[in-house]
Amino acid sequence: MIEIKDIYKTFGENEVLKGISASFQPGKNNLIIGSSGSGKTTLLKCIVGLHEPTKGDVFFSGENFTDMNFEQRVPIRTHIGMLFQNSALFDSMTVEENIMFPLNLFTQKTKAEKLERANFCLERVNLAGTNKLYPAELSGGMKKRVGIARAISMQPKYLFVDEPNSGLDPKTSILIDDLINELTEEYNITTVIVTHDMNSVMGIGEHVIFLHNGEKWWEGSNKEIAHTDNKELNDFVFASKFMQAAKAKL
Amino acid sequence: MFHSLGKYLLLLRLSFRKPEKFSVYWAEVMREMVSIGIGSLGIIAIISLFIGAATTIQVAFQLSSPLVSMTIAGKIARDSTILEFSPTISALVLAGRVGSSIASQIGTMRVTEQIDALEIMGVNAPGYLISPKIIASMSMIPLLVIVSITLGLTGGYLACVFSGDITPGDYIAGVRDGFDGLTVQVALVKAIVFGFLISSICAYQGFYTSGGALEVGQSSTKGVVYSCVMILFADLVITRIML
Repeated sequence: MIEIKDIYKTFGENEVLKGISASFQPGKNNLIIGSSGSGKTTLLKCIVGLHEPTKGDVFFSGENFTDMNFEQRVPIRTHIGMLFQNSALFDSMTVEENIMFPLNLFTQKTKAEKLERANFCLERVNLAGTNKLYPAELSGGMKKRVGIARAISMQPKYLFVDEPNSGLDPKTSILIDDLINELTEEYNITTVIVTHDMNSVMGIGEHVIFLHNGEKWWEGSNKEIAHTDNKELNDFVFASKFMQAAKAKL
Repeated sequence: MFHSLGKYLLLLRLSFRKPEKFSVYWAEVMREMVSIGIGSLGIIAIISLFIGAATTIQVAFQLSSPLVSMTIAGKIARDSTILEFSPTISALVLAGRVGSSIASQIGTMRVTEQIDALEIMGVNAPGYLISPKIIASMSMIPLLVIVSITLGLTGGYLACVFSGDITPGDYIAGVRDGFDGLTVQVALVKAIVFGFLISSICAYQGFYTSGGALEVGQSSTKGVVYSCVMILFADLVITRIML
């Protein structure tokens, strides 16, 4: 489980996050949604330690991550997998080397065992046989799937996903969402997804946090979204005519 | 300026933290050594041959007097090549070739979140990305300078053979006359220091890149410019201290 308590983050004079508290349960897709500039990605980066919160604490399974130094964080980080918005695959490495990279650094497995794990992860994301390709040779959707394969290579307890559907067509977006959902349930992972894709929210949003101007504005599930009277959330969720029509039918 | 210097020193300290796994870092050092050493051999060979030849012809032209022995030209060309042209000109060229590559590679990794990905995994990103480049530069640039000295002197010899300004015999006699091993030591000390400056300054510029493709280009340019300035400054300091 991940808990965040009273997180503030300021860049110069600009207060991006204003006292956000929440808890994210294992085996669930926890979605952080909000319009552009609402602080979603900043919150995600504060949780994983890429940004240090100005105030507040982050707990991974009860351990205060914020108070730890670099070395103390390493054991927790080996349980973290992250899929970045642009996949962030290492350009100079093949698909196989990308997936084996954390295994090379943090495990004592033999080369054959690492290769077996890499092949398993690639099969799990339906990319078997792409081992020797370089990231530049992959499509956007394939890069996302390799990113997921790399993120799960160390069998993480926590999976963080930043805008999984950006730049993808609707069909591939659904594939990626389904894959994340399956992995979360299968391995009981605590998954935190930052998105503003309403298909994802309605499809896999078991626990949704809505950020507005750096504050937690609403919290609930995708089933509750359609019936909320929260004006800002309604403005965000039902901004498109398609969603308005869908709401009218409910 | 002091803020940047502090950031640079802190980055260097982070770069030399204990590696997560020595074998992975060692493989990276080897890869960088091949990239820097073998990859730069061609350009170093070309500039050394031409500079050696041009230096010899110019010295011979300046000393064209019946009162001066032509062996002096070989002696001056030798010391100029060993002390200044091979280490300094090679380093300036390598700042352009190796330095810009380091800055743009690390800068691109920064703006495409690859460095964030390393940090999320628990990898000490400065250590993994920067220390192998510094070690490889500090070991390969002295070797390149030795190659440069050899080819520079060969270039001088070829200039004698083809131009006829000095006889090859006079040139070789001059090159061998009064050779002091200290000059090679100075050249190697310069090469080691220049290797450190090129790799660390360009890595620093790349590591703190923010923005996109434009900023990566700017970081690369800054890295090369600052490296060149620091190479010339270090050249003066080392020359003053050691000679």
